[in-house]
Amino acid sequence: MNMQAVEAATRESAPVLTLEGITKTFPGVRALSEVGLDLYPGQVTALVGENGAGKSTIVKILTGIYQPDGGRIRLDGQDVHFPTAQHATTAGITAIHQETVLFDELSVAENIFLGHAPRGRFGLIDTARMQRDARALLERIGARLDPALPLKELGIANRHLVAIARALSVEARVVVMDEPTAALSQKEIEELYELVERLKAEGRAILFISHKFDEIFRIADRYTVFRDGELVGHGAMADVDESELVRLMVGRSVDQIFPQRVSAPGPEVLRVEGYSHPTEFDDISFTLRRGEILGFYGLVGAGRSELMQALFGVTRPSRGAVHLDDAPHAIRTPADAIEAGIVYVPEDRGLQGAVRGLPIFQNVTLPSLRETSRRGFLRMAEEFALTRRYTDRLELRAAALDQDVAELSGGNQQKVVIAKWLATKPRVIILDEPTKGIDIGSKAAVHAFMAELAAEGLAVIMVSSEIPEILGMSDRVIVMREGRMAAELEGEALTPETLVRHAAGIGEGG
Amino acid sequence: MSLAERATIPDRLNSRLQRAATSWELLLFLVAVAIFIANSFASPYFLNAWNLSDATFNFTEKALIAFAMALLIISGEIDLSVASIIALASTAMGAAVQLGAGTPVLVFVGLATGLACGAFNGALVTRLGLPSIVVTIGTMSLFRGISYIVLGDGAYRGYPASFSYFGQGYVFWVVSFELVLFALFALTYYVVLHRTNFGRAIFAIGNNPTAALFSGLRVRRIKFVLFLLTGLMSGIAAICLTARLGSTRPSIGFGWELEVVTMVVLGGVNILGGSGSIPGVVIAAFVMGLVTFGLGLLNVPGIVMSIFIGLLLIGVIALPRLWTIARTR
Repeated sequence: MNMQAVEAATRESAPVLTLEGITKTFPGVRALSEVGLDLYPGQVTALVGENGAGKSTIVKILTGIYQPDGGRIRLDGQDVHFPTAQHATTAGITAIHQETVLFDELSVAENIFLGHAPRGRFGLIDTARMQRDARALLERIGARLDPALPLKELGIANRHLVAIARALSVEARVVVMDEPTAALSQKEIEELYELVERLKAEGRAILFISHKFDEIFRIADRYTVFRDGELVGHGAMADVDESELVRLMVGRSVDQIFPQRVSAPGPEVLRVEGYSHPTEFDDISFTLRRGEILGFYGLVGAGRSELMQALFGVTRPSRGAVHLDDAPHAIRTPADAIEAGIVYVPEDRGLQGAVRGLPIFQNVTLPSLRETSRRGFLRMAEEFALTRRYTDRLELRAAALDQDVAELSGGNQQKVVIAKWLATKPRVIILDEPTKGIDIGSKAAVHAFMAELAAEGLAVIMVSSEIPEILGMSDRVIVMREGRMAAELEGEALTPETLVRHAAGIGEGG
Repeated sequence: MSLAERATIPDRLNSRLQRAATSWELLLFLVAVAIFIANSFASPYFLNAWNLSDATFNFTEKALIAFAMALLIISGEIDLSVASIIALASTAMGAAVQLGAGTPVLVFVGLATGLACGAFNGALVTRLGLPSIVVTIGTMSLFRGISYIVLGDGAYRGYPASFSYFGQGYVFWVVSFELVLFALFALTYYVVLHRTNFGRAIFAIGNNPTAALFSGLRVRRIKFVLFLLTGLMSGIAAICLTARLGSTRPSIGFGWELEVVTMVVLGGVNILGGSGSIPGVVIAAFVMGLVTFGLGLLNVPGIVMSIFIGLLLIGVIALPRLWTIARTR
């Protein structure tokens, strides 16, 4: 690393916030081991690392949600402690979280000023002033929203702007942005970049957490890399390139992102005919063969997840038939689907995938209890053995198999969900956005594993909104638009342009 | 550094002994022992086999319901109508007596009423998707209301002599029929909750009903069965209580639903669902029985007793929390 440049930058301006030797341990897991982090006024520091590297933990320590076991936090050179989130806010540290915590039933202004609303006579909330201040804040970030509007009437992107306005409603010196662009469209992302530039110009220090390299290189001035809870590198963005960052993150170079596969699809396994739903999708027909990876591409809201959940028996179709090995199957419940050999790895891991609160092994064996038990009685030894078979193969990182799955990082929770389904020996596996919110290293692992499963003869359906992933993994792609099949593409016809054109409904003319 | 070089993950982080040493059940057991010792000092009549046997009637009937309630609460639901099911089942049995029914028919009527009430609650919750706390507050008034309409100020009496065995009989020496029933059901519910696929499903549903559904569990069916079981156990409790009292009034078992829920929560079951154990509920039953009996021997009035139970519940639940707060200071 170019130490001169770093030192030069340090001389220019002293860091406003310094973390030194921060250590944090959870039962059985060392989340952070003597890491450091410097944030400079008027600069964006990108924090990068794989899932489980400790990024979220450091954010929670910065914002007073977690207490570090060791190390010190200095603000303007003074030692500080943040026993609660309130203390961190008062010190001028504010965060825009990955999943924003807002209140549907409150107005935009109330959401922005919750907890620190301007007070009038008798200590009552000065609603008029709150509305005015809210409007000013929203204008400052370029959002044209009515502060009196109830939050539930806003879409996800506008909610995000409210969250940002809320973060700026306190005099923030340090702004933490934890994957702020994850749920935004390209246009909204551009607006966010402008906002970041404005915050920089105002002299605020910004910690920016993202998995997207293009945006890191676009807006960050400095970088810090964590790996397995340790600080493995930091410096100025100008002195680093993409491959170097990846090498730091994963500890090895990831040059081949998608696995090379020789696809040799076998006989047809699944045939779907005229599947329809009253509101979500209409007249979907396709076939799927052994060893094949079938991609489903479309814009958010095209009805892909809804179709998959109907195939998995969560919702019922109004019309249509499913054939497995040419035999008709009525799938009314997930239990029916699993029985038939169709399993579903949901997009929403936390809600639909992992049973947080239950240990890893109980999550894995949940749909396979009939195999591991005898006459309805549990056999723990069999459960551990079955779990180990798949967690070893998926290279799960955990302290023990009886650890609560909630204590694992997102990527590892996803591995538990995949292990759960592989243990049922399925014939068709549906993966809904399997690498969403996962870091680049885990992503490559999931892709390699998918290729391996297909090679073993499993039929794979992959729903994805990422064009590189769709192109890199699929043998064939079905594009959906507004609940209907817009195109079925393979071979030469499968290009980024054709995908986008069919998904957006742009005519064939060009 | 590479992943393949890491040792494989162990099955368990802590040994069985370590887990037992830090368990809620152990803490509760120590509380039970302390109350037992305090009682034996407080009253000379306490350490007497027949007195101790009498003491068990304070909790056996409630505990029978508490076992099923524990499963229901772990699954994320609750049934507040259990005491009213007792009233309705007892009233139905009393009416059957008036029609000349014998003991076998009475038992059948008691069980069938309990099952029917459980099915009614279960259908409203699982078929219509209504919240169980609201449904069972409604049926709490409904079931007991029917008893009041039927009986008014009156009472049903004249239960056959053989029927009284369920509430007053002894299997041998001081071991009552109810105590044997309590022990058998404690064992059965322990096995069901902690040793079967069905029990595992209950924990999964309580922690995350959506993910449980997405894992192929028949969530609605399992919850319906749990409401049925709670109704059935309330029917069994109604048989025992009616046999012990020898009469039915519409106020029978009044307020028991809260004592049953208290027993379950004291036993370490999370009121929000997802965790808990049958051994915890068994020890909690003894704790509550010992406290009420000890206070009874000291001639403490019923109102004061309920204050004690309330303080005990808050105290035992706050203790581990206070302990962690004190440690992190």
